[in-house]
Amino acid sequence: MGDISPFQFQVVAALIFLIGVGGVLTRRNMIVMFMCIELMLNAANLSLVAFSREIGDDQGQVFAFVVMVVAAVEVAVGLAIIISLVRNRDTVNIEDASQMKW
Amino acid sequence: MKTALFWIFSVAALGGAVGVVGNVRNPINSALNLVVSMLALAGLYVLLEAQFVGLIQVMVYAGAIVVLFLFVIMLLNLRGSGASSAETQPLMKIAGTALVAFSGFFLVRVLASGRAPWPDVDPSYGTTRAFGEALYTDYALAVQVTGVLLLAGILAAVVLAKKRLD
Amino acid sequence: MTEHTNAALHWIPFLPLAAAVVSGLWLVFAPRGLPRALVIALAVGAPIASFAIAVTQVFSLATGLEAEQRFFVDNLYTWISAGDFHAELSFLLDPLSSVMVLVVTGVGSLIHVYSVGYMDDDHREDKGFQRFFVYLNLFTFSMLMLVLGDNLLVMFVGWEGVGLCSYLLIGFWYLDDANAAAGQKAFVVNRIGDFGFLLGIFLLFWSFADAGMPTVEFREMAANVGLLGDRVVALPSALSFLPGFPSWGLLTLACLCLFVGACGKSAQIPLYVWLPDAMAGPTPVSALIHAATMVTAGVYMVCRMSFAFSLAPGAQATVAWTGALTALFAATIGLAQTDIKKVLAYSTVSQLGYMFIGAGVAGYSAATFHLMTHAFFKALLFLGAGSVILGMHHEQDILKMGGLRTRMPWTWFTFLVGVLAIAGVPPFSGFFSKDEILLAAHEAHAVPGHEWIWLIGLVTAGLTAFYMFRLYYLVFTGECRADHHTRDHIHESNGWIVTPLVALAVLSLLGGLIGLPDAYGELAGVPQSNSLHYFLQPVAASPVHQIEASTEFGLALTTTLVGFAGIAFATLLYLVRRDLPAKIAAGIRPLYELVRDKYRIDELYDAAIVQPVVRVSRIVLARGIDQGLIDGIGVNGVARAFRASADGALKYAQTGYAQSYLFAMLLGGAFLIAWLVRGA
Repeated sequence: MGDISPFQFQVVAALIFLIGVGGVLTRRNMIVMFMCIELMLNAANLSLVAFSREIGDDQGQVFAFVVMVVAAVEVAVGLAIIISLVRNRDTVNIEDASQMKW
Repeated sequence: MKTALFWIFSVAALGGAVGVVGNVRNPINSALNLVVSMLALAGLYVLLEAQFVGLIQVMVYAGAIVVLFLFVIMLLNLRGSGASSAETQPLMKIAGTALVAFSGFFLVRVLASGRAPWPDVDPSYGTTRAFGEALYTDYALAVQVTGVLLLAGILAAVVLAKKRLD
Repeated sequence: MTEHTNAALHWIPFLPLAAAVVSGLWLVFAPRGLPRALVIALAVGAPIASFAIAVTQVFSLATGLEAEQRFFVDNLYTWISAGDFHAELSFLLDPLSSVMVLVVTGVGSLIHVYSVGYMDDDHREDKGFQRFFVYLNLFTFSMLMLVLGDNLLVMFVGWEGVGLCSYLLIGFWYLDDANAAAGQKAFVVNRIGDFGFLLGIFLLFWSFADAGMPTVEFREMAANVGLLGDRVVALPSALSFLPGFPSWGLLTLACLCLFVGACGKSAQIPLYVWLPDAMAGPTPVSALIHAATMVTAGVYMVCRMSFAFSLAPGAQATVAWTGALTALFAATIGLAQTDIKKVLAYSTVSQLGYMFIGAGVAGYSAATFHLMTHAFFKALLFLGAGSVILGMHHEQDILKMGGLRTRMPWTWFTFLVGVLAIAGVPPFSGFFSKDEILLAAHEAHAVPGHEWIWLIGLVTAGLTAFYMFRLYYLVFTGECRADHHTRDHIHESNGWIVTPLVALAVLSLLGGLIGLPDAYGELAGVPQSNSLHYFLQPVAASPVHQIEASTEFGLALTTTLVGFAGIAFATLLYLVRRDLPAKIAAGIRPLYELVRDKYRIDELYDAAIVQPVVRVSRIVLARGIDQGLIDGIGVNGVARAFRASADGALKYAQTGYAQSYLFAMLLGGAFLIAWLVRGA
């Protein structure tokens, strides 16, 4: 693998994760928030695969595969929710959906 | 060679990520940046000898999920104005600064870290065949469960998203 | 089970209690009262039944047991059991408590009967009739607990109970604020005395326990009081002005504390102020509680604790002198009162002073004798006054009465008997009992200044004769000074009222025989005629006076002459020359007004004690601590703190924005991971 250490892959994964977190916390558009969530999932996947290679066990890859499947399902259902939400309130602003208080 | 590829893909992934979060124009922009990021990640997977996973990454993530996003964006006919509200703008700045700081920190760590060894793996590691064998023998239950999950997801999506007939 | 065990004793107090409870519960829970006949049957039947049981038990006590071992005990159960200390709920019938029980149930029953006639006139309140008898029976129960108690604790229960019932009964017509205030005053002043009583109990118990014999039972204390005879209490240097400094006998201190309690209950100086105000209650209450029974509880207690007082000469002297001063003081106030019940009230205070003189000079049988005769004639006088009040349509001012002799003959005659008894005219009972006390005072060389005490007693006897006959003349003789509407309606009272009057008159006349001094008895050929004295001797030992019969007769003659002088003076002023009193009063106007206003002691107490306490209470306790500290900081402050914290901080945890929730989750997750990874 040349000069790259496994640590570097983890760094990349961590950075992508952090960027995703920042996006989820700051963006108001629900769809963009969702995309940031996908980023976070991807970062986790990267971390998994890198560790899997480092150890030499393919469990990590299987794990990553399942994560991907779940992510797909989640996106489908989540977007369906967003669609119905938008249909009812005519806004994709997360701040307009703040009824879950007391 | 691999080093260079690693750096290219990493930068691309990170840049795409920043593009998803940071752009203030269309959500379509965000989606396309997301595609870039995912393709870069696929490349990283291949670098890590996880070919099947990389393949799936492209097919499922970049090819299906992001497309779904685009469909929904266009269905809802969303305009731009991704500008963040006044309350979160300072937060954005802080987040951005923090990110840069973290990146710098990690960069330094990376450059200072040693060259750790990678173990040798047999050539079938990560191949489709090996992966498939593992999947359908050791992890068969997981496969079935994910099947059920997918079924549930489909039903849920259909029920949630369809218009009322009245 | 010994010959001393008696299972019937506990019915004596418990029968009235049962009547009170049944009647009382009915009052509380049923919409209408019980039928009048049933109320009467319960309320009057219970004390009469108690009296019957008491008579039989006393009889078997007197005839069945040897003089030195005369007591019955009825032990119900062990109330307190703590280590070596046991206190039982048990009743004791010995000579002293026999006298008290017979007086309480006997006179009490008569007064219960009287009340049926008296309270029937009560138009002021629904169900009042039943409520009255509930309280009255409850009082009888408490008083019987007090006198039958085998130890200080049972006595104290009864002590407190009578205080409570006194409060309830004084303020019986509570819708009138003055009555309620009088009841409250009685209770508060009593409480001050009770505090002293409690201190005495504690001191005694603690001392006995310290000496190895923890007990509050009378018999055990009496047997072991020698253990405490030498103990002293060191006084703090701040009290160096007290006589006997630097140390007091322990028993003296304990007896003084107990005596404070007796002062409160028996209306001696300085705690007498509640008794005149207590006349706000219905007249049967005044007769029962404030003449015959409750106020005698203090005297009974001192006699009961005679074994301790005998070893505490300082306390005895205090008791005797307090009694003497109170007797004189109250008698002077009685001279100028115009309310029929107030005259009798001050007379009661004065006569109680006599009883304490007797108890203080160790003449315990004399004190008990006077207690008994006083119960007879004072109850008679009060009940007679009640009859007069009813006949005069609730008029109580004697200046508006007069000439009732012809209109209310039964009342007149019985009242006259009572007046003669209290004035000490022989052969009525009051003569013998008062004389025995004065004789004991005269011969009590152990008490400092005892001759002065005798002299004070003598002068007070004269004053007593004077003001009682003043009362008699103003109420019953001469022309009727009431307005003609009232005059036309004056009538003799009904049978329920008159019958007890007659019974008490008989007792007032003949009651002296039981304590006929030996000197007189010998004249009649009856040896040891002072049966009461000999009966009480084992329990409350009075010194037998080695005295010449001539001295005894001489003293008796002196007293009688002073009494007659008082009567003569009263006859002059109120029968012969009726214009004189006004002239005399005008002549000594300031002195007269001072006496009539009861020396303004109530006003003094109010200014010196009550007002400062009220002010402190209002400003410091109510506003400062209760409202400011407890309400403001405690209750409201806590509420405000909660609100502020919720408003300022907690509400941000539930904003409804998904992003803030997410942020919180991430923060928590980061901490969690950091915590888990910290070791690695």
